[in-house]
Amino acid sequence: MNTSPFGACHSSDHLSRRFFLRSSALTGLGWLTPLSQQLARGAEKSGSRPKSVIVLWMQGGASQLETFDPHPDSAISHGAKAIKTSLPGIHFGEGLEQTAELANEFSILRSIVSKEGDHARATYHGKTGYRPFPGLVHPAIGSIITHELPAPTLNGTPVDIPTHISITPGQFPARGGYLGAKYDAFQLHDPVNPVPDVKASTDQKRTARRIDSLNVLEKSFAAGRLPELEKERTLHRSSIQRAQSMMSSHQLAAFNIKEAPKAEREAFGETRFGRGCLAAIRLVGAGVRCVEVTLNGWDTHINNHEGQLNQKQQLDPALASLIKGLKERDLYEDTVVLVATEFGRTPKLNVTDGRDHWPHGFSVLMGGGGLRSGQVIGETDRTGKSQDPADKVLVQDLHATILNRLGIDYEYEFMTSIGRPIALSDGRPIAALL
Amino acid sequence: MISKPRRILISLAAIAAVAVGAIVALTGYLGSIELAPLPTAEVAEPLKKSLTKVNAAFTSSWKDLKLDAAPQALDHTVARRLSLALTGATPSLEEIRRFEKLATNGDPTQSWLSHLFEDQRYNNYLAERFARAFVGVGPGPFLIYRRRRMVNWLSEQLAVNRPYDELVRDLIASEGTWTTNPETNFITVAVIQDGENKGPDEVKLAARTSRAFLGISLDCVQCHDDKFGDRWKQEDFHQLAAFFAQADMTVSGVREKETKEYEAVYRGKKEASTVEPLVPFSAELKPEEGSRRDQLAHWITHANNEAFARAAVNRTWAILFGRPLVDPVDDIPLEGPYPPGMEILAKEFVKSGHDFRFLVRLIAASEPFQLASHSGDPVMPVTAEQEAAWAAFPVTPLRPEQVAGSIIQSASFQALDNDAHIIDKLRRYGETNDFVKRYGDQGENEFQEESGTIPQRLLLMNGKLVGERTGENPIMNSSTRVAHYSSSEKQAIEAAFLALLTRKPTPEELTYFEKSLIDKKQKPRAQASADMYWALINSTEFSWNR
Repeated sequence: MNTSPFGACHSSDHLSRRFFLRSSALTGLGWLTPLSQQLARGAEKSGSRPKSVIVLWMQGGASQLETFDPHPDSAISHGAKAIKTSLPGIHFGEGLEQTAELANEFSILRSIVSKEGDHARATYHGKTGYRPFPGLVHPAIGSIITHELPAPTLNGTPVDIPTHISITPGQFPARGGYLGAKYDAFQLHDPVNPVPDVKASTDQKRTARRIDSLNVLEKSFAAGRLPELEKERTLHRSSIQRAQSMMSSHQLAAFNIKEAPKAEREAFGETRFGRGCLAAIRLVGAGVRCVEVTLNGWDTHINNHEGQLNQKQQLDPALASLIKGLKERDLYEDTVVLVATEFGRTPKLNVTDGRDHWPHGFSVLMGGGGLRSGQVIGETDRTGKSQDPADKVLVQDLHATILNRLGIDYEYEFMTSIGRPIALSDGRPIAALL
Repeated sequence: MISKPRRILISLAAIAAVAVGAIVALTGYLGSIELAPLPTAEVAEPLKKSLTKVNAAFTSSWKDLKLDAAPQALDHTVARRLSLALTGATPSLEEIRRFEKLATNGDPTQSWLSHLFEDQRYNNYLAERFARAFVGVGPGPFLIYRRRRMVNWLSEQLAVNRPYDELVRDLIASEGTWTTNPETNFITVAVIQDGENKGPDEVKLAARTSRAFLGISLDCVQCHDDKFGDRWKQEDFHQLAAFFAQADMTVSGVREKETKEYEAVYRGKKEASTVEPLVPFSAELKPEEGSRRDQLAHWITHANNEAFARAAVNRTWAILFGRPLVDPVDDIPLEGPYPPGMEILAKEFVKSGHDFRFLVRLIAASEPFQLASHSGDPVMPVTAEQEAAWAAFPVTPLRPEQVAGSIIQSASFQALDNDAHIIDKLRRYGETNDFVKRYGDQGENEFQEESGTIPQRLLLMNGKLVGERTGENPIMNSSTRVAHYSSSEKQAIEAAFLALLTRKPTPEELTYFEKSLIDKKQKPRAQASADMYWALINSTEFSWNR
């Protein structure tokens, strides 16, 4: 229980299970599957591990056909135009020109399948790697990462700002689930505004007086109560201390995108999503583990082509600038970037020229973090009839891949409060990316 | 709609009225004018009998475990626990002052409960807590689901203390439209509005029903037999779901349609098969007459269906203590073993005619609820073993709306119930929603105990709600009013401690805050008082039930 997004996990059940895991592997019980062993070794060879993850979440269901998996000149394109990318023979939907030029910087996965066709359920599935399960909330990938990796430092200084952040999350912010509310993402709305509640409401002298009187109250509260109450349950005083460190931290500047040069801000596009992506780079640069930025509005049941184009115009400059910005700052190898959505859209147009939900073969991008780039994985068919794309990738496999790449034992089983052990991910790492 | 200028006029008049009233009444809350004592209530005879049995179960278990019970909690502390659980806020200073004047022949807990049961806040708040278990917190399907109506309906049932079994039967077997028969929202919240399986979702309804009313997480076996025990089979769940198969959405709302059947694909099978409705245990309690949902409703609420009574006891216990007797709240083993008290409480609840207020009175009067969360001797603090055995009151996190409600309540001396002025209510509604969202709501997992978080601390240290409620404002805030109108520092400090923590300051605390207030006049005094209020709100004690 004595863990926080700011600190490594030291809980005793956790340690003992880890110990068991190690010892069982040593005694030849073969806890690890041959594949994951192989992958773990392979990953070690490739040198340093990435430290952070950026998730760009396309809320509503981005159409694979108008983004990363067009079938130009086929009937299912329904007249949507495609453009060439820097990878020979690989096309993107029109409107993604800047991203298309960077296609060799990431891999394109075109065969994601899931069983969830409802926004809330599919978003949950996408963000946690698990399908909704009554009575239990699974942690989002950022929560797992902050829980599993040690507290980050930057040039030897501890990171005082939250290390798991959701920008413009809307209805579905990343949640700590069974890991606890302390692993919930810190939510931030349009980064054009300052972070709320980080400014003390009184001058220093009065603030000091307030904190001083708090100590008197805490002393009487502790008297006769459980000795480990603060450390193992309330984390009240330690949260106040951390809140105070955050309030006085110069690292808060990472949130302030107004500090970025005007030209850089413009390159990301003057949109909320563009500002979110710019903030994401700055935050990762300040040592933040996971930033999720949501671009809402992909649910184009009516006038699909027009709606998707409008979304792409926001996505393209922001995504391309994000990759370029990470590279310029030498952060791309340290940061896994995932561009994902809850499902794709139907190959058929409906009567209102919209496309409906389609979880049977949709696209995501994955790059950075030392993952193999410039690859296209999976293939959907040109007729749109098949619900069984070649080289299928499951949603949970994306999670297993990222955790594995970060050096996290994705098969590790966490003992949840309902007494049920659950693996951090039940997917399999995508070998072609590692 | 009232036009805008008129609204402003009304607000101004209200502020003036509040201000004048406040200053007149102020001296009363601060101790110099007589306030009427609360009416007294005693431990009624049937309650006394049940109570002896419940207490015996706990005391004998403590004896077996060789545990000493923590000392008795102060009456103030018990009152605070009950107000938080049943009205969602700490008691007002006025209520506390009246409670302190209670005649000596009255039982403090029972008198306090009689007082709360008469309060509209009790109906409203508890209705919301029930609704979380019955329909969840989500917005639900468009147009056909009206959560607000459902909560109001529950509130009306609580106001007349409708027997709990009747209330539950109404929900499960409800027919009609979601507006004129608000209980049907129990069904419409589970309606799938698009796709092949349009209509009420049997799976969702069966899951909800087994968890909320039987305390059994039967939905775990939806896809395969029980992996963690062999009690439940996949069939059990789907046969329960089949009871909801004939619920149909028509132009006249939810109706039963006898031709509808439920189909499921069992593990290992390729084809779906029709599933007949069968209850998962105690089939002899199910009537043969009536619609499928009628039959299910009667089976669930049957006086001999102990699972139903246990589920009600466990949830009520959890609402009162902040922690269920069996954890998690909706996963109670059907064949035991049970912690002490569970079976007796369940039996006594059934015997009372599923009288919900009786159950609240019984649990509140029981020894575990009456104990302190601390030891009598700081050198020998409470142990984890004591807490686990309910030999000490558990320290649990307050829910976001309880924290918000307490901040808002503490800024005024009088209880903010339905009689409170409209501007108080309006302000509270908007502020509470915003605060709850930022503080982090656990939704349906409301008894999952979590540690404090940094955003929560930032919100209470620097947030708007606390700033506005503790800042210098002689009309709206008690912090300024106690600073200016109390006859001594001691009186001001006592009033603040009672309003925020529902207890008097310790001698050490009194000395400390007296020093901070003494010799200060006007603005510096109001500021020092605001600082004291801030510290009280930001203490662990304020955000945790104890």
